[in-house]
Amino acid sequence: MPDWKAEIRRQLAGLKLAPVREAEIAEELAQHAEDRYRELRSGGATDAEACRTAREELSGHERLARELRSVERPNAPEPFVLGAGSKGGVLASIWQDLRYGFRTLRKNPGFTAVAMLALALGIGANTAIFSVVNGVLLRPLAYPDPDRLLMIFESNSDFSQSSVSYLNYLDWRRENRSFTEMGAIRSDDFNFTGRGQPEHLSGEYVSASLLSTLGVAPFMGRNFLPQEDRQGAGCAVMLSYGFWKQRLGADPNILGKALTLNAMSCAVTGVLPADFRFRESAQVYVPIELYNSIELRTREAHMGLVAVGRLKPGVTMQAAQAEIASICAVLARQYPKTNAGHGAKAVRIMDDTVGFIKPTLMLLVGAVGFVLIIACANVANLLLARATARKREFAIRAALGAARGRIVRQLLTESVLLSVGGAAIGLLLARWGTSLALAAAPGSLPRASEIGIDPYVLLFTLAVSLATGVLFGLAPAFLGAKANPQESLKEGTRGAGGGRHRAEGVFVAAEVGLAVILLAGAGLMMQSVWRLLRVDPGFNPRNVLTAQVALSPQVMVNPPAIRPAYEQLLARVAAIPGVQSAAITSLVPLGESDTENPFWPGGGPQPAQDRMTSAMFSIVTPDYPSAMQIPLRRGRFFTPQDNLASPPVVVIDDVLARHVFAGQDPVGKQIGIMVLGAARIVGVVGHVKFWGLDADDQAKIRDQIYFPISQVPDKFATEGALGLTLVVRTVPDPLSVVSAVRAQVAGPTQDQPIYAVRTLEQIMSGSLAERRFTMLVLIVFAAAALLLAAIGIYGVMSYAVNRRAHELGVRVALGASRREIAGMVLREGMHLAGIGVAGGLAAALGLTRLLASLLYGVRPADPATLAAVALLLGAITLLACYIPARRATAVDPVVALRSE
Amino acid sequence: MEDKSIDREWKKGSAELLLLSLLEAVPRHGYEIGKLIEQRSEGALRFHAASLYPLLYRLEKRGWIHGQWVEKSGQRRRRYYRLTPQGRKMLASQRQGWRTFVDAIGRITGVENA
Repeated sequence: MPDWKAEIRRQLAGLKLAPVREAEIAEELAQHAEDRYRELRSGGATDAEACRTAREELSGHERLARELRSVERPNAPEPFVLGAGSKGGVLASIWQDLRYGFRTLRKNPGFTAVAMLALALGIGANTAIFSVVNGVLLRPLAYPDPDRLLMIFESNSDFSQSSVSYLNYLDWRRENRSFTEMGAIRSDDFNFTGRGQPEHLSGEYVSASLLSTLGVAPFMGRNFLPQEDRQGAGCAVMLSYGFWKQRLGADPNILGKALTLNAMSCAVTGVLPADFRFRESAQVYVPIELYNSIELRTREAHMGLVAVGRLKPGVTMQAAQAEIASICAVLARQYPKTNAGHGAKAVRIMDDTVGFIKPTLMLLVGAVGFVLIIACANVANLLLARATARKREFAIRAALGAARGRIVRQLLTESVLLSVGGAAIGLLLARWGTSLALAAAPGSLPRASEIGIDPYVLLFTLAVSLATGVLFGLAPAFLGAKANPQESLKEGTRGAGGGRHRAEGVFVAAEVGLAVILLAGAGLMMQSVWRLLRVDPGFNPRNVLTAQVALSPQVMVNPPAIRPAYEQLLARVAAIPGVQSAAITSLVPLGESDTENPFWPGGGPQPAQDRMTSAMFSIVTPDYPSAMQIPLRRGRFFTPQDNLASPPVVVIDDVLARHVFAGQDPVGKQIGIMVLGAARIVGVVGHVKFWGLDADDQAKIRDQIYFPISQVPDKFATEGALGLTLVVRTVPDPLSVVSAVRAQVAGPTQDQPIYAVRTLEQIMSGSLAERRFTMLVLIVFAAAALLLAAIGIYGVMSYAVNRRAHELGVRVALGASRREIAGMVLREGMHLAGIGVAGGLAAALGLTRLLASLLYGVRPADPATLAAVALLLGAITLLACYIPARRATAVDPVVALRSE
Repeated sequence: MEDKSIDREWKKGSAELLLLSLLEAVPRHGYEIGKLIEQRSEGALRFHAASLYPLLYRLEKRGWIHGQWVEKSGQRRRRYYRLTPQGRKMLASQRQGWRTFVDAIGRITGVENA
């Protein structure tokens, strides 16, 4: 019997039918011919006769081809995407791809949901971090031409950036040729009275030139005039927009009205724009010459003042810095006692504002990139699995004439649709996540108020989602399009191209590796924070309330009344039930401010500035060590008998004792302190980690000197009485006594507010805010990575078990025990994870070094951390393989073999 | 051998009607259809593959019949054709037309309608 199919195909050849249609017709007609042949044979015809007749009837003198030509159209274009090239042009075919992609995604809601969720996590995290980077690092500051604005600090052997003496600033401003304008600013607190409850305001003393230097015009009213920035001028004040709006009810007639600040009557000259921010966000601004302090006229006093300059066009930062340095050299010759060894350092205002956080943010950008790659690998795996399941579909399309490029494009369209959908959800996650993170870690980021979703962030998200869509879609698309139609159409359920399994294995191992890196980072950060929390700060932070206090304006204008006012205030607070002891200090450890004072051993005359070292200088009351629980090492602390009538005394810490009096007993020795003169050391206390739990060990100035508030000379009493802090040790929860403390501090005149109320524990944890924020973000990323990696392993293993059901069935039939089968699956999973863990650990060794500056007490390549991470991933892998392994043991050999 | 008793054009005109009629009750495959035509016409009408299948494809393309591969145990798969609802309507209208035509011919030629 002839090969009818081949004969028919020959007859159809001229018709150029689509391959699938041709095959169908050939099959049907060949059957007919065969039936006819059998019939003829059984009717008695010879083989040759039967063949001839059947053949004649089949072709009917070319009739078949003729008739078919009028019925069948060659390679008929199909309704969608199947065609090699559609008539509608590129746009129409893209639209077609989108519609079709949308439909296929909707048909598989489970797959679509999982893939989109993974992408939403990845893209959302990236959007969140980018919105932070955008708001903090990229968005220009709200001044015209901010790149030309420089912050200028003094520098000396102790500090590369220290605050500036006002007199030096005036000389810089007068002598320089590099800046169009220069201004000065110094933060201070103001007591606001005369309008209801006394209130404490954050404020700035500013030079009249500051706003014009920054290029900021008031929202309302005018800037300070030069004659208002003079000693003896009447007090003028400018208000922040927020203060004017919230506290003064946006009074439209506020200009010219008077506010009482620090018992001065200050006329309002202007209101600043709503978006004005310079360093701290202050509520009121007062001309700096009104800072009624001896410090303003003392060249050695540095009092936290900073200078700002706007570069002239064409002048570089280096040239300006060099010029200021040369002015400094002249000043050092002119005033060797105060200026020897003092230089200047200029920093771009942007770097000054956000420079310190940049490495941390870059680190997080890297980490979040890993999360996205993991999410991509996961989705790529899902798509690979789906591409295998859809092999038949691609094969039919290819058979019907779809070009390979077109199939790739269709698949990419689907993956981009997925990623754009994921990005939409991710955007919501990002918005929600950033506000949550910022709320969880307040104060850890500068410019936090400028973080948000803006067009740049949206653009970034769109770009990332398109890029990721192409990235994770490429491999599955090419593997899918590679399908050989004939093979695929014939192929049963078992076995699929090896390329896919290799790719899958690579993706899973990469996911695990990246998860290892993130986990190692998070683990190291957690260890650092944990160790830092256990560092002994030198005092006992538990159950201590701190609050800044301001004395009544009536007291402030009368220096001799200031000391008794404090004593009475302390006595009232100490009498509150639950209060163990109460003290006052000018400095709180780990806080934002510091005061250094140069000193010299022995009671001799003051040596030149560069021959003295500086010590942290705190002015305190006698109960300070008991309130803080700072141990007394030798001698005694202050008593009420140390007063203006008795010789001046100081207490030093054991670091200064070792540093200056190595081997001798410092008690009874004399020490000279700048401005105050000689004093006798009466005691030695334990060192307090003033500069921070981690940074203190490396700090240049670690010596500490305590001076009794009762011996502060009257001429320093007024400014010394501003910004003092009350420290209260309590038996119950310290926050439970806040209202009692507030009431007792207010006093009989009811005009002494407390503000900045915090517990010492809050201050301590605040000092770790940046590190804690980094830790928190890394933990979240690592957890997401771990989850995605676990899903990845689970997906690959369960797919492998399904695919190998037949093989497993054979094994069971041949006597493999369930334990062996489960072991096999687990081994395979562990093998993949093992490769990932090994690669991840190797990479982690290199990458965790980037964390070094944020680590404390743990090396970047900490073996314990890395081992723990490897173990954790091993455990997670076991867990992820458990269900597929269970399923593998449940394979029924009979069912598995029958399904063939 | 072909067109022995009936003119080719006649056959062509009535072929659609024949096919649709044979599919009215049950789905059938091509060979069975050809066989039935031959048997029921007692050999007077014969459709060979060369004309039968193109006609089936044409009817299918018009949506009057629908072909489907059916696999029965122990047999090769075969393509069975069944009447679509649209085909059912066409069959009714063609039957009516044929009846009218035959009646008219009968009245003219004196041949009684059987």
